[in-house]
Amino acid sequence: MAKTGYAWPSREKSRLLGKSHDRIDGLVKATGEAKYTYDVNLKNQLIVKCLSAPFGHLRITKLDTAPAKEIPGVVEVLVFPHAGVGKEIQWDGELLVAVAAESESAAREGVQAIRFDYEKLDVFTNEEDLEAAKAAGRTMRTRSSEPTTEREPGDDDDEDEFYEAEFKRLFDQCDVVVEGFYGIPVITHCCLEPHGSTLEYKDGKLRVYLSTQNVSGTDDGFAKALEMGADQVEVICQYIGGGFGSKFSPGYWGIAAARLAKSTGRPIKFMLDRDQELKIAGNRPSGYIKVRLGADKNGEIKVWDSHQWGTSGYRGGGVSDRVVPYVIQAPSRRVRATPIKVNAMQAAAWRAPNHPQACVMTQCALDDLAARLGISSLDVFLRNVKHISSRQKQEVYAAELKRAAELIDWKSKWHPHGKGPAKGSVVEGLGIALHTWGGTANNSECRLRIYPDGGVESFCGTQDLGTGTRTVCALVLAETFGLNVEDVRVNIGDSKYPPSGASGGSTTVGAVCESHRRAAQDALARLFETVAPKLSAKPDELEVGVGCIRVKGKPDRSLSWREACALLGLKPLEVTASHKRGAASPLSDEGVGGVQIAHVAVDRDTGVVRMKQFVAVQDMGLIVNRKTATSQVHGAVIMGIAYALFEERILDPSTGQFVNAELADYKLPRIGDVGEIVVDLYEPEDQRARGVIGLGEPPVISPGAAISNAVCNALGVRVPVLPLTPKRVLDAIRQANGRG
Amino acid sequence: MKSFEYAEPRTEEEAVEFLQDAGTTAVVLAGGTDLMGLLKKMVVTPDRVVNIMEVDSLKEIRLLPDGSLAIGSAVTLDELLADPHLADYGGILDAVHGINSMQLQSQGTLGGEVLRRPQCWYFRRDGELLDGRRVIEGDNRYHAILGNQGPAKFVSASRIAPCLIALGAQARLRCAEGERWCDVADLFQIPRRADQQENTLAPGELVTHFVLPPAGALQSATYEVRHGAGPDMPLAAAAAVLEFSGQRVKEAQVVMGQVAPIPWRADAAAEVLVGHRVDERLAAEAGRVAVAQATPLSHNEYKVQLAQTAVRRAVLRAAGLETGGF
Repeated sequence: MAKTGYAWPSREKSRLLGKSHDRIDGLVKATGEAKYTYDVNLKNQLIVKCLSAPFGHLRITKLDTAPAKEIPGVVEVLVFPHAGVGKEIQWDGELLVAVAAESESAAREGVQAIRFDYEKLDVFTNEEDLEAAKAAGRTMRTRSSEPTTEREPGDDDDEDEFYEAEFKRLFDQCDVVVEGFYGIPVITHCCLEPHGSTLEYKDGKLRVYLSTQNVSGTDDGFAKALEMGADQVEVICQYIGGGFGSKFSPGYWGIAAARLAKSTGRPIKFMLDRDQELKIAGNRPSGYIKVRLGADKNGEIKVWDSHQWGTSGYRGGGVSDRVVPYVIQAPSRRVRATPIKVNAMQAAAWRAPNHPQACVMTQCALDDLAARLGISSLDVFLRNVKHISSRQKQEVYAAELKRAAELIDWKSKWHPHGKGPAKGSVVEGLGIALHTWGGTANNSECRLRIYPDGGVESFCGTQDLGTGTRTVCALVLAETFGLNVEDVRVNIGDSKYPPSGASGGSTTVGAVCESHRRAAQDALARLFETVAPKLSAKPDELEVGVGCIRVKGKPDRSLSWREACALLGLKPLEVTASHKRGAASPLSDEGVGGVQIAHVAVDRDTGVVRMKQFVAVQDMGLIVNRKTATSQVHGAVIMGIAYALFEERILDPSTGQFVNAELADYKLPRIGDVGEIVVDLYEPEDQRARGVIGLGEPPVISPGAAISNAVCNALGVRVPVLPLTPKRVLDAIRQANGRG
Repeated sequence: MKSFEYAEPRTEEEAVEFLQDAGTTAVVLAGGTDLMGLLKKMVVTPDRVVNIMEVDSLKEIRLLPDGSLAIGSAVTLDELLADPHLADYGGILDAVHGINSMQLQSQGTLGGEVLRRPQCWYFRRDGELLDGRRVIEGDNRYHAILGNQGPAKFVSASRIAPCLIALGAQARLRCAEGERWCDVADLFQIPRRADQQENTLAPGELVTHFVLPPAGALQSATYEVRHGAGPDMPLAAAAAVLEFSGQRVKEAQVVMGQVAPIPWRADAAAEVLVGHRVDERLAAEAGRVAVAQATPLSHNEYKVQLAQTAVRRAVLRAAGLETGGF
């Protein structure tokens, strides 16, 4: 067999790729026919509800579960290993005891009946205040990166003294020095579908319906806990109601569910309650930063000196200092970071880990530089393109900045910060930010069958995290075979299928495109071998047309797809192909840019910010499905508006209780809050030629900085900490007025 | 959720009978948009739930001979929006529109909305309504700026009640012994002891109707400062009801919402308006006067400005003028 040269068809020859297609599972999702994990109910199942920690920091002094077992309907009670008497609990909401019962209400009554008492320990939640954290003994050692400076310290120099003097010298050389404070608090993943599973243990086998973004990688965790082989565990997730980086593992609640299924011999349904979901199932680290930024009179940056702090929870953490400053790098720079420990669950990866926060912590300072100089932020960003350090090219950023500026009509709408016309109490403003992301193709394997009746079916243990995965798989197969999307059957979401990597870091679209295109091209090459004699041609003289296989250049010598497949005889043609993450490939690449501009209105009397328009220019290599790619950007921008204007975790300062963990209190935007979103997919030939690159994370990175910058442009006042709530906006205006 | 008895009466008599049985705690279920969450969180754990949605007399909207309008407590919010009799009560419609959720509007009822339990996150967590110290030391960004000297620091939740009170609406209540009437304002109280809650209903009492005075020449408006477009609680709100004599205000009522444990009358602000033409300056003065006595907590000083703005804009809207803002 000839070695297949894997490649994408050119733009002109692509019949389906790059066009707009509805999701193949859109209708079943919209009608409710699609079964998410939460929808799965097994016959004879037990429902689990949990006792959870009521205070931010405590030691358990009493835990008597016997009364729960007396409640009618309660079948089994399980104390989590971390929750016996004497154990210390570090955050509100931590699960302590699971009660499995015949009904939800019986389970809740069981929970209520548990005799539980605790000793209150010291609570700290004030992650925004570095001095308070120090006073409370909650800071960890400050990390300092190796400074980058024009001059290097000599062998005899005291390094600290040298750098103090060097930074003083560098700042003295600048025409302008901006000092700023910026912050972005913890938010939660707030998955619409909470974490959890419904599972069944039968005949030594475990079947798990798990809400997961890691279908192929979670069976091990269950197997280990139950001391069984991973091949005896099947994980199924046909549809997932959001994960955003928080659903890679079974979770200790998933393991508990499996144990309960084994011990009771009954199917178990164990989904977290809404407040538990927000408290324990995933949050994003916070970042606060003090910045000194030096530049010349044209806004070209020269020196960056910053000290950041923040938290990922009870073990410290915070935003990584390795992505600060973000994308735009001053030639000389120094970064310090102090982790803070608070009484909260440790963070999980959140869509583009560290990037959205780092973007705010860097690019708000850049915008303040423009404000100080009284020049356009667009000019400042353009002037600093030469300082961009990214896996995307500087020229692409320059082109995207210009494109975004045109789309928002920057020229006619821009005004210097705080100098725009007011309509009553309402002022408007524009703000820019830009970002980068990798988006490499993850490991993926695809088993493909072509049946003698012409049917095409694929199997791949990936998941529907991006909600367009099935459709992308189908498009790639249909394009390769000259078929229509509805002619192929795509199977995903089951760990019994060939393994595919977890959906994290925008790695899924590349992964499934790699495995499905490879499998399809391999299968087609085999089919050509079968068909060639019938068409009196060599296999390499054949090509696919629409619904047919034909001899190149001789359209009259062809077989319909069905006729061709009939030549396979009785057995289907089956091939398996795979891609290994990191292997060079003509089908995929990594490293994208992206530029976003926000246009907002602010009511100075109420502090309410309203989105008017939001432009997102995004490159992603080759576009597979224009419609779902556009939707992906829409979703990301809305999620960005959420953390820019609404979302934050609020911990009660004296009890550590997460007070806004219910949806009535955890603020999120509604459709009326998002304004007009304009998506521009940037795909010139040289970008398309790179192949497929993931799109999940990049467009969620810039909205925080872009919106903050737009509000600052409108008011002439920086509202330093996100989300930009009426309270924060009014407090900032009042403080600015107080300064005179 | 704790197990409970479920009753589905067909008449007011049956309803109050079910509510009044000795030895049980009973709650009224109307639309359920508030109660269901409280039941599930076990903040409320009644022995009996009495569903009043099958009682026909509670679902009527009826113009009375004197021109006043009787509205059953089980009338849904979207029925209010659709009923032509409500067209002259702009301030009621403003408040219902503000709720801005099709689900809440079609499921929620007038009685349920007026008697909605406080959204205070400490109360919603474990049912504790009067732990003032916890609020003072805690995060009180959404709590009261007026009437907050006692242990109650939460804000009254109803979005319609301020306008009902400003209109001078009355409530009809039933219990097993008979009926009584009171001003809607008197349905609310600032609780001081653990045996009190934010409404004045006696155990077993049911609000059956609200009666609005004839709209006549009354001009009403509600203005809410809302963080976003969703159904979340406003940050501050005000209702204004004006009666004009020529160009000048003859009578005025101003009631604020979301600022105190009860809908908060701003009589001094109303007095500012009487005898004058309404313009931006006068409305702003009413706003200033309305919050002059405010006593904000550690995290909610911003609400003083929001309440002031809400009063100013409610007055302007009631007078048919531009409110400013978006």
